[in-house]
Amino acid sequence: MDMKTFSKQLQSINQHLAQLDAIDDALIRAIENGLPLCSRPYAEIARQLGIDEQQVLARLAGLQQQGVIKRMGVIVRHRELGYRANAMLVWDVPDERVSELGRCLSQYDFITLCYRRPRVLPDWPYNLFCMIHGKSREDVLQRIDWLIEQCHLESLPHHVLFSRRRFKQRGAVYRADNMRHTQKRQEKHCAT
Amino acid sequence: MTDTRHLTELERHLLNDYQHDLPLSPTPYADMAEQLGVSEKQVLESLDTLHRDGLISRVGAVFRPNRVGASTLAAMSVDESELESIAEIISSYPHVNHNYEREHEFNLWFVATASSEAELCSVLGEMEERTSHSILALPLLEDYHIDLGFDLQWT
Repeated sequence: MDMKTFSKQLQSINQHLAQLDAIDDALIRAIENGLPLCSRPYAEIARQLGIDEQQVLARLAGLQQQGVIKRMGVIVRHRELGYRANAMLVWDVPDERVSELGRCLSQYDFITLCYRRPRVLPDWPYNLFCMIHGKSREDVLQRIDWLIEQCHLESLPHHVLFSRRRFKQRGAVYRADNMRHTQKRQEKHCAT
Repeated sequence: MTDTRHLTELERHLLNDYQHDLPLSPTPYADMAEQLGVSEKQVLESLDTLHRDGLISRVGAVFRPNRVGASTLAAMSVDESELESIAEIISSYPHVNHNYEREHEFNLWFVATASSEAELCSVLGEMEERTSHSILALPLLEDYHIDLGFDLQWT
């Protein structure tokens, strides 16, 4: 891969990187594998971090407001719930239309991600990516036909990459060096 | 796995109604219990069962990509005969959270995340070296999706 180009792309994205202080940082680390399942989960996190429960709640609200946290809730595993077919749908869209089409595709709930990414020519001409889930292959293909119609994508080259084997899936670990530590912590019983 | 197992009414509500807006109160599970007309203990036990059965990955947060640390989608074009062993090498990195085989000449797709850009570059470089395959790196440039979870349909 071309590290120089990749590095430049990352830098342009990282201009938007949130400024987090050490406590936010520790808080993210403490919850990235999930909240404890006990009566006072935020108090439990607070105890681990040596701050108080109200601070944990206020900081989590702040991280949501800043957009660092997109949502908090029950994170379901689609495949295990019968949504066996999932595909990455990629389009080669003229640069000036990417935002408009990205927004059009994102309004449907069966689209679970929708991103602009760089083309890597000549190997990879596609610049708009979404993830689509369905109960079967036919279900997914039908939804794609419907999307093409709704968002007027008829003339644009696209490709559907159905998933085959899943080798690994879990939440992102932003602090890989701490992974073992946090996993162990999650398994531990709640003190409260 | 075989067919999806039977879900109780409570489980269906927990799975569908709380994908976002988990109560930010000191007692979120008791709040959910009150809304659903069950006890807190039932909510905690059900969530624990859903987690152990692999139907949920966690109760927690979804972080916006690239708001903390650096990450990228990456792909490799791998011969079928080597796919499993190369996938295993990629999955062995704690930096990798998703790793799928997909239908395309680029058939191995994964997401790599690190605490810094330098660490991410070095991990990807090491992967190329260890697998003798070059990586197609496709970092996110713009996010159009407002994540409101996924409306599960039971029938």
